[in-house]
Amino acid sequence: MTRFATRLRRLVATTAAVAACFAAAPASAQETFRVGIVSFLSGQAAESFGIPAVNGAKALVAAFNAGQAPAPYNQKGFGGLTIEPVYVDEAGGASKQVQELRNLYDREKVDAVVGYVSSGDCLAVAPVAEEMKRFLILYDCGTPRIFEERSYSYVFRTASHATMDNVSLARYLRARNVKVETINMVNQDYAWGHDSREDFLLAMEQLYKGAKLQADLLPKFGAGQYGTEISALLARPADIVHSSLWGGDLQAFMLQAGARGVFQKQQGVLSAADHVLPGLGEKMPNGVILGARGAYGLLSPKSPLNDWWWDVYGKANNGAYPVQAPYRMAQALLGLKLAVEKAMAANGGKKPTPEQLAAALRNSEWESPAGRIRMVLGNGHQAIQDTAIGRTRWDAARKMVVLDDIQRFPAECVNPPANMKSNDWLKGNFPGAKC
Amino acid sequence: MLLTILIDGVTYASWLFIVALGLTLVFGVLKILNIAHGSFYALGAYAAASFVGWGATLQIAPAFSLVAMLLAAVAVAAIMAPLTERGLLRVFYGRDEVLLVLVTYALFLILEDVTKLVWGANPYYVSEPYQLLGNVQVGAQSYVGYDLALVAVAVACGLAVWWGLNRTRSGKIVLAVIHSPEIAASMGVNVSRVYTFAFMLGVFLAALGGALTAPMISVQPGVSVGVIIVSFAVVIIGGLGSIEGAAIGALIVGLARALAVHTFPAVELFSIYVAMAVVLIFRPEGLFQRMQARKI
Repeated sequence: MTRFATRLRRLVATTAAVAACFAAAPASAQETFRVGIVSFLSGQAAESFGIPAVNGAKALVAAFNAGQAPAPYNQKGFGGLTIEPVYVDEAGGASKQVQELRNLYDREKVDAVVGYVSSGDCLAVAPVAEEMKRFLILYDCGTPRIFEERSYSYVFRTASHATMDNVSLARYLRARNVKVETINMVNQDYAWGHDSREDFLLAMEQLYKGAKLQADLLPKFGAGQYGTEISALLARPADIVHSSLWGGDLQAFMLQAGARGVFQKQQGVLSAADHVLPGLGEKMPNGVILGARGAYGLLSPKSPLNDWWWDVYGKANNGAYPVQAPYRMAQALLGLKLAVEKAMAANGGKKPTPEQLAAALRNSEWESPAGRIRMVLGNGHQAIQDTAIGRTRWDAARKMVVLDDIQRFPAECVNPPANMKSNDWLKGNFPGAKC
Repeated sequence: MLLTILIDGVTYASWLFIVALGLTLVFGVLKILNIAHGSFYALGAYAAASFVGWGATLQIAPAFSLVAMLLAAVAVAAIMAPLTERGLLRVFYGRDEVLLVLVTYALFLILEDVTKLVWGANPYYVSEPYQLLGNVQVGAQSYVGYDLALVAVAVACGLAVWWGLNRTRSGKIVLAVIHSPEIAASMGVNVSRVYTFAFMLGVFLAALGGALTAPMISVQPGVSVGVIIVSFAVVIIGGLGSIEGAAIGALIVGLARALAVHTFPAVELFSIYVAMAVVLIFRPEGLFQRMQARKI
């Protein structure tokens, strides 16, 4: 009986040890890095921003997990950890997003969140991530206020804020000697539109002293009907019409204003318009000056990484080329990948804590398809990057809108320096700018 | 300047009236504040995009695109109205009106996703009909003929609905149901059929509004939101359930907005709701809604 009991004990112990070994092996092989990816999957921002950005994320995550990205992004997943994305719809307003962010951290147990197009959502979720001491990357929203009004330890933005978009437009006009004595403006009546309007006007005050503002229109977000605004533009013709409209609003405005000849009489100047070019096609007027919120899409620089990105995105999206939203998502995920791998290396190969992750991303730099991203503003939490502006032309042979006369601007030329608020920089005639 | 404000205000009001007319008709007959009206507007826009696209594929004359838009609105009404009214709303008749509002809101959210499932998230462009009627020069302004033609369409829709309700036997039956469904039913009126017909007409008008708007915009997710908010403002100003009220409400909103954009653009959105507040201060039931005794 005793011998039988001893044998039984040995058998049980051996079985348990073998089971533990088998259990441990798959756990280590299948360890994952969970990333919450938040963007508009429904509503008016879905078509232009949310869905292309998520499409970009899907293509990139698949390439990362397969270890197919070029060096230095060629480790499988994030440092060998399989990336497990959790996609969340940004629609529903800031209160909902605060709750969704808490759910991502507490219930979904994500290791990091990358998200947010809306400036209102960014302003709402950033303090929550900070309070929870969890890692957050804001990938798209434009308001400069995030890191100019308070400092963060766990929150980062891996793309330039909106000041760059309008300063580069104003510098382009000056560099090309476009005559600007009078200005008309059409911007949406919410934070993005108001901030863009103010940045452009402040930049123009420095570069075109004496230029007068005429029609200053602020249609509501999602207006769709612009007949009255177009009449107001035609009633007070100016040298240029500036607009930060985007998505469906911009498409509707271009269709309606184009039909009434606005851009034949006034120079169109658009701050965030690259994403409407594939859809509008030949309905996009020739000669419109536009930016893409970075050197994105048709404005992107030639590089092996950019070629690879176009290829990966195109194969996953029926041959479409990436525009600003997927580019911004890509530079966020590339930055996150390098930060995770750097933090893991410093952590003995183990998954990093939010503090280790934040330390790795703070003040870092990396190559993206749109050029070098440098986290130099907001105590190393806010990126700057180069940008570019060009002019539209319908290429009948290629059956697509192309951009000509492209001018590139170094990051330090069109972004404020560290420790200076955007408004102060603009009002002070761009002190420290390196063009 | 005054002429420009007038033209801009009237063209905007025309578009708005076509949509608001359907909303107020459904409320008048079924007593339902139909938030899903915006979704039917969006479906009309998507259907028009598809129909016009098919017409182009079959190389049918460009003028056919105007007919295709009308057919699209008819198709949306013929499919969606019976499904919604008989399949969903009928279950809730006799329940609290607030519950019905919530039901239509739920339907609105569902249809948002349905449109994405059917048409995807990419935008549709059907701008060819927008250029069909050329441009009209009025002073320094060049107006698109299509925009001005909307005024005629809106007037035709308003007159047709008014005439149908007030000058035909079927219209009298509908009015009887509006007055008292119970008494109308006791007199042999098939109230259920009247409800379906009125709802179908309401859906048709929403879809027509969407179909007519499709050439001016890119049709994409989210187009249903803006129109429903401003349509509510129109029917509240005019009085819920009143056709004349919808017409005057649309004109007030259109002209207030045009005046604001041309003189003080910062208050464009505010101007619509100021107009609504002023009307409601003096006429809490709306301009054309009579005070009604409450049934106990």
